[in-house]
Amino acid sequence: MRNPQLDANGGLTHLLTLEGLPAEVIVRILDTAVPFASIAERDVKKVPLLRGRSVFNLFFESSTRTRTTFEIAAKRLSADVINLNIGASSTNKGETLLDTVDNLVAMNADMFVVRHGQSGAPHLIATHLNRTGRTHVHVVNAGDGRHAHPTQGLLDLFTIRHYKRDFRGLTVAVVGDVLHSRVARSLIHGLTTLGTPEVRVIGPQTLLPAAVSAMGVHVYHDMREGLMGCDVVVMLRLQNERMKGALLPSAGEYFKHYGLTPEKLALAKADAIVMHPGPMNRGVEIDSAVADGERSVILPQVTFGIAVRMAVMSMLAGP
Amino acid sequence: MTLPDAELTLTALAERMRGAVAFDAKFVGIYSGGAWIAERLARMIPGEHPVGYIDVSFYRDDFARTGLKPAVKCTDLPFQVEGATIVLVDDVLYTGRSVRAAINELFDFGRPACIELAVLIDRGGRELPVEPTYTGARLAVARDLTVALSRDADGALALAIERAAGGRDA
Repeated sequence: MRNPQLDANGGLTHLLTLEGLPAEVIVRILDTAVPFASIAERDVKKVPLLRGRSVFNLFFESSTRTRTTFEIAAKRLSADVINLNIGASSTNKGETLLDTVDNLVAMNADMFVVRHGQSGAPHLIATHLNRTGRTHVHVVNAGDGRHAHPTQGLLDLFTIRHYKRDFRGLTVAVVGDVLHSRVARSLIHGLTTLGTPEVRVIGPQTLLPAAVSAMGVHVYHDMREGLMGCDVVVMLRLQNERMKGALLPSAGEYFKHYGLTPEKLALAKADAIVMHPGPMNRGVEIDSAVADGERSVILPQVTFGIAVRMAVMSMLAGP
Repeated sequence: MTLPDAELTLTALAERMRGAVAFDAKFVGIYSGGAWIAERLARMIPGEHPVGYIDVSFYRDDFARTGLKPAVKCTDLPFQVEGATIVLVDDVLYTGRSVRAAINELFDFGRPACIELAVLIDRGGRELPVEPTYTGARLAVARDLTVALSRDADGALALAIERAAGGRDA
């Protein structure tokens, strides 16, 4: 079966996951995001590329940053953006996901940006559209369950490339709750595809997936050991709700072992950058001195996220 | 068909612009051929002529048909567009669609006092009411052919005729 993300010519038609996406497609997205990033510095932060197109934000799970940056990206491309408040919509009245999609396509939707608690929901929508011949309608996965968050992975890759230029030769550490993190999964797939020689995951046994080493990464349970010689440190949010599941003793205990402090960061390379997908739990996975420090590129990540989403949407919306 | 020599045509274009172009006109080259010519003209024509660059990919009218080309470059205008005299520079003027897109993009940076257009080659075939202010040479070229400008390692310009790959674009 063909990769449902690609059309017959290998062009990107949906963005569902970075897993299995060819390196040249990823590089083209990153390259295309560069001129879009420069648009943010203009007085008129808008180009007419998607004028007349309708982008529907379908968020079945709450999100502020991702939904807002998708909305800004679509608006800077001159598309019309419709935000659906799913919690108060017909899903609660029993409508199925695909019926909701069909109704929105009947309203001439051109693109869906989908966040869903269930892994595979965006894939289901994309294959439904492909199967029913509506290939002019595109799907962007904005995070599905524990599966993938490809635009976050891409903006992480864009940020790393911006500061470090080349992936070959880099040591990148992903620290924290990898088990529940679709951000980590997408980033690791992207890093591997682009030829990053050393990807490490650092975290307690209970927060690392059983098959994590099958993703081609090196596993560390000792954070100090894992940070040694790193060029890039990606901190993950410790999802507070995990604390209840007896996976961890306490936030204080977690910070002691896996919180990024200036003292632990000193073990990484002197020019190492610190990233975090947000929202941050200060004092849980990251010390404020690091989050606000000169090696933090956490806010540039947010800015770059808009450019990367503009690149993805404009590539999908072509013929 | 015999093509004019690119360097001689550039000299002829500069000759026509000398004395006619405002002393403080800003030169804006349309990527990629127009950018090379804008850089050369800025050195050949007396006055203070800062050079900017425009990539019209985000403003083209054929996006729905052809999509976004790879390797879009950053538009870079290192001066105030508001109130400026701008000379838009392109290598080959054909349909006028790139010039239309470039003018639209310029206006997103401000309201110029005046925009002029300088082209190395005018090959006719306009689909929009666009006329160059300064022209290096005029050339009649069949519709299925493309006139392409190239630049070698030493910066020397050359013209060539190629079989058109897709539709019309310049």
